[in-house]
Amino acid sequence: MRRPLGGRLRLSSTWLGAAPFLVYTGAFLLLPTVLVAVGAFSGAHGPTLSNLTQLDQPYIVSAFVNSLVLSAVSASVGAVVGAVLAYAVVTGSPDGVMRRLVTALCGVLSQFGGVTLAFAFIATIGTEGFIVIWLRQHGIDFYPNGVWLFSLTGLTLIYTYFQIPLMVIVFMPALDGIRPQWREATETLGGATWHYWRHVAGPLLLPAFLGAWLLLFANAFSAYATAAALLDIGGVIVPLQISRALSSEVGLDQSSLAAALALGMVVVVAVITVGYSWLQRRSARWLPR
Amino acid sequence: MNRTAARWTRVALGVAALAVVAGCGSTSSGGASWSTATSASANGGMSALVSAAKAEGQLNVIALPLNWANYGTIIKDFEAKYGIKVNQANPQGSSQDEVNAVKSEAGTSNAPDVLDIGMAVAWANTDLFAPYKVAEWSSIPTDQKDAGGLWYQDYGGYMSIGYDSSKYSVTSVSDLLTPAFRSAVALDGDPTEANAALNGVMLASLANGGSISNIAPGVSFFKQLNADGNFVPVTATAATIDNGTTPVVFDWDYLNSASVVNLPSWKVFVPSNAVLGGYYAQAITKTAPHPAAARLWEEYLYSATGQNLWLQGGARPVEMSAMQASGTLNQAYAAALPAVSGSPVTLDESQAAAAASYLASNWSAAVGS
Repeated sequence: MRRPLGGRLRLSSTWLGAAPFLVYTGAFLLLPTVLVAVGAFSGAHGPTLSNLTQLDQPYIVSAFVNSLVLSAVSASVGAVVGAVLAYAVVTGSPDGVMRRLVTALCGVLSQFGGVTLAFAFIATIGTEGFIVIWLRQHGIDFYPNGVWLFSLTGLTLIYTYFQIPLMVIVFMPALDGIRPQWREATETLGGATWHYWRHVAGPLLLPAFLGAWLLLFANAFSAYATAAALLDIGGVIVPLQISRALSSEVGLDQSSLAAALALGMVVVVAVITVGYSWLQRRSARWLPR
Repeated sequence: MNRTAARWTRVALGVAALAVVAGCGSTSSGGASWSTATSASANGGMSALVSAAKAEGQLNVIALPLNWANYGTIIKDFEAKYGIKVNQANPQGSSQDEVNAVKSEAGTSNAPDVLDIGMAVAWANTDLFAPYKVAEWSSIPTDQKDAGGLWYQDYGGYMSIGYDSSKYSVTSVSDLLTPAFRSAVALDGDPTEANAALNGVMLASLANGGSISNIAPGVSFFKQLNADGNFVPVTATAATIDNGTTPVVFDWDYLNSASVVNLPSWKVFVPSNAVLGGYYAQAITKTAPHPAAARLWEEYLYSATGQNLWLQGGARPVEMSAMQASGTLNQAYAAALPAVSGSPVTLDESQAAAAASYLASNWSAAVGS
């Protein structure tokens, strides 16, 4: 079938408009992914699968499990606590001081990760942190069962410190979309609070909540600096394993293994993203398009 | 390269040479390029090197922490002596980070000129180095340098346990397994990544029935240490030692010694049943953007001044015995070195590789939480 000339012209101008976006995603998303994938399949003597087969070593498997658990737990805690906090703020005055204060604070705290955050914890509840010392002076042992700060438990706690504020920021717009009239309508029809949340607000907010959870998960999954500053020995999570594969000075130069690990992380995030979009389609099926 | 390109390169080189000659009109250097010079004497002598380096005006160093083997003083003294600005990149980087920077920044003015690297990385990357022999070449023991001048060991020391004597007392490696050391014992990095940490695990191995070719008992030791809750999985730095997060540290004696400055109760202990030595090496990069300054830096480091400054920092300079013989060694600095008794051992290339590969597959499982 022949297309009219005009149609083709319109197509090319459409592409032109999208060019900046395509160039941007190509340069900062697609290209790095391709480089990682190529690196994961290349060895000293051409293409190889040996980098990927190394991923089944027990210490790498456990790093992936640790990363997944850390990300899922810190994302879940962050999502629930952050959503409750966001709801509390949204139900207040829209132009109130409280809301502006919390929004500004969350904007700062959601980016308060890395070395500064890790150090803040070391200085307060580290083995010589001031709270620990103060309690010790009063005869109380802050760590009766051993120091858990420098472990996955400690890392999870620290991650929630930037996960909760991030959740508040990303979830507030969704809460703003809920109109008070809907609640009034529910009550007029004889519904209780439970009915309102179960049948009206809950289903409306679920897709946004899941989307925010995914963002939090990816945020924790890829975080590196906080963990590196807190427990950089032992390669507990995948980003730390990548770092050590890249910068080992003891003769273990394994940049290909690092690429394979990174590819593994890309796959994990891809799987979760696909699962999320399926969940979101299901949970939003009833919404008008 | 095709012929046209070659001709253009010749023209460009000619123009550059003219510019250089015009630029340093007063100096009488032969005009030979310092980037391929294999010694100062073969390229116009020390004074030509000094003036060429001064003309470059800068030197790029990488991964030199200021409290490591007295580098803070060394850099300041070099800058003052020659009026050359020392640009310091990534002070906490590893030797592999240095090599990665050489590769990724080759051709830019930020590329590292000189490297101070662990032997494992030096052996693996000799194709990146430019051969050069300092004036004091003959004072470096033969087995501590590459015969062709690609790398040359610079300073070394013994693995030690540093500790805050106001809280702890360490007289043997096995002391550390007692409950008094809860959440106290640290390494200088991850042993699969950092050379000093690998040697720390090797020290524990030697003290626990292992040998220089068997690091497994060291890994078991740290596994036990971790299970007992005595191991702190934080890289020990000057900051973590100051604030008490890592009050007991496995590290080279010259690095542990440096902590006394901020923490007077800090003591350094070298176990007599596990005397483990190790040296770092210098190399000039092939792609050095300041080739004359790079060579002058090496001449400076291997002069009596540079060697004594390392000694002041508690490190044993590679020319130590030659300087002892010629009387140029600073006796006060030498007397301040930690006492070491017993017969020292040092990892060679294959033993280092064996230790690293054992750690690669067993370390994370031993201490990962």
